[in-house]
Amino acid sequence: MNTTDHSLPAIDVADLACGYSGQVLIKDITFQVKRGEIFFVIGGSGCGKSTLLRHLVGLNAPIAGTVKFFGECFNTATSDRQREMLKRIGVLYQGGALWSSLSLLENVMLPLEEYTPLDAAERAELACMKLAQVGLSGYDSYYPSEISGGMKKRAGLARALALDPAIVFFDEPSAGLDPLTSRRLDELIVNLRDLLGMTCVVVSHELASIFAIADRVIMLDKQAKGIIAEGDPRVLLTESKDARVREFLGRGEDAQTAARQNQPSP
Amino acid sequence: MRLRANDTKFSFLHAVCPLNLFAMSEPIPPPPETRVLLRTQGEWLLVELQGAWRIIETRPSWLALLAGREPAQVKLVWGRLDDWDSALLLFVFEVRQWCHAKKVICDLSALPEALQKLLRQLVVVNETAMPSDRSRDFLTMVGLAAQDLWAKTKDIATFVGECVISATNLAKRPHKFRWRDCLDEMQQCGAMALPIVGLISLLVGVIMAYQSAVLMRQFGADIYVADAVGLVMVREMGAMMTAIILAGRTGAAFAATLGNMKAGEEIDALQTLGIRPVDFLVMPRIVALGVMMPLLALYSNALGIFGGMLVSRGVLDIPPAAYWVQTLTAIDLSDISTGLIKASAFGVLVGLAGCHRGLRAERSAAGVGRATTSAVVTGLLLIIVSDAIFAVMFNILGW
Repeated sequence: MNTTDHSLPAIDVADLACGYSGQVLIKDITFQVKRGEIFFVIGGSGCGKSTLLRHLVGLNAPIAGTVKFFGECFNTATSDRQREMLKRIGVLYQGGALWSSLSLLENVMLPLEEYTPLDAAERAELACMKLAQVGLSGYDSYYPSEISGGMKKRAGLARALALDPAIVFFDEPSAGLDPLTSRRLDELIVNLRDLLGMTCVVVSHELASIFAIADRVIMLDKQAKGIIAEGDPRVLLTESKDARVREFLGRGEDAQTAARQNQPSP
Repeated sequence: MRLRANDTKFSFLHAVCPLNLFAMSEPIPPPPETRVLLRTQGEWLLVELQGAWRIIETRPSWLALLAGREPAQVKLVWGRLDDWDSALLLFVFEVRQWCHAKKVICDLSALPEALQKLLRQLVVVNETAMPSDRSRDFLTMVGLAAQDLWAKTKDIATFVGECVISATNLAKRPHKFRWRDCLDEMQQCGAMALPIVGLISLLVGVIMAYQSAVLMRQFGADIYVADAVGLVMVREMGAMMTAIILAGRTGAAFAATLGNMKAGEEIDALQTLGIRPVDFLVMPRIVALGVMMPLLALYSNALGIFGGMLVSRGVLDIPPAAYWVQTLTAIDLSDISTGLIKASAFGVLVGLAGCHRGLRAERSAAGVGRATTSAVVTGLLLIIVSDAIFAVMFNILGW
């Protein structure tokens, strides 16, 4: 995984078919994510967004196709090599997925403990900094059961960032958050990209976030079992040829139909 | 034509009670029948709907109302309706379905638009909802069961293989082992289990002493109670009772903990960090059980023998010193070590069963429950099967 060669795309997915126990849920998934891009995977409930994410990070083996990170094939690599590559990838899970037996600080320190030569004091310092970055300074010694859902999510992000990953995956980051916290999280994602040049892949159906921070989106559809649109969401909203896409992005209102209706009849 | 003229009864009551004693009381709900009035008008049977229709009350039955009549045309008429809900909808639907089946003309046009709209939805649901056939033939079921069995066997083999690889890796790099977690688990499954293991072992010793005393006394061989209790406790019951207690106590706890971690995506989070869940979660637990089980079994042996001593003193009048000396002559180190080897093996098996079921749990509350149950059952099964294998093995080896 050569992260220094800037000509390579961060993620390169080709003809991916995903599903569970041999049953294909989505197929012919092909897309590329450029370095430093904020890339959204959008679509209605049950269209396979989270399934795609699980297959991208290796939690499930794809039925067909390839996933490449920085030019290196991930899904066909040996499991040792996969683990090596995963060190450069962070994942923020829907509920934060903090380890419940460890405090927040220990949660963030664990990846550092496993993979870095840092001593204990440095690890704690760095972990504190990561927690502060997500606005959780002072909560180091709290356990996951003692904090709110939004805080868990932020702590989960701090942990995902512990090893300064090159790519971060977000699974529905704004689900279950109030609009303000959700907005802060969006700002955090943009900041991370701007400061550290991380590539962010966000699975979401939160329109506010999509229009606020997405550089590019792909839209999945349950009936089509695959990608039905790709591009800038602001452009897709008005110019997509597919009514489903315009309707989704317009929250049930199709910009084109509305425009046609508003035209004065000759 | 009215089916029952209750109104006349009402006016009669009013007539005989000029003070109107009933005015203050709750209005008496009309009997169900009065909600439908049937009238014949030429070819038509007019069905007038009135009163209050509520889904929580019994609704009038169309067939009972008809009472054998066979109208050629039915028309539903909107009468003086106080209130209605799905009960009325179901009644109208029943009438419609009956007319449909009898090929009778059914005129619903007099009903309000809201009810007609609801009725159309009900008709659509009724016509499209086909109960899906989930039954399978015998051969398919056998095939599926065989596939399932094969998949499960493979899964268990994979899990055991992973544990072996993980154990060799950790033996090479012991600093990678989660010592703190392991000590925590030892505390949980070892020290915290002392009271229950102690109580049960003591009582097992007491029971065995009583039972053997009855037999031994007939031969005047009272002192041999010490041999019986000592040998059985050390070779068999100590390890077995401890293992059974820990299967229920610790194996279930392992399955529940890991199952919950899986439901909360905590296991996924480990995997995407490149950490093997087996290294991180399973090994510390199995090592903890494998180490603590023999220690607990030793403790159990001691308390079992002590229980036997108490009964001998109280019932058979054997002095504790004599009992102790007799016990020492009966058991030797090989008896104790076979018990401890077995205990350690039981510990590993209970740990494996608990962790495996936990890691394979479905991501739901019910899934965690099933995993826990299955962990205990599998643990007990493994204990008994392996005990039988050990019995044969030790017999051949002459230990």
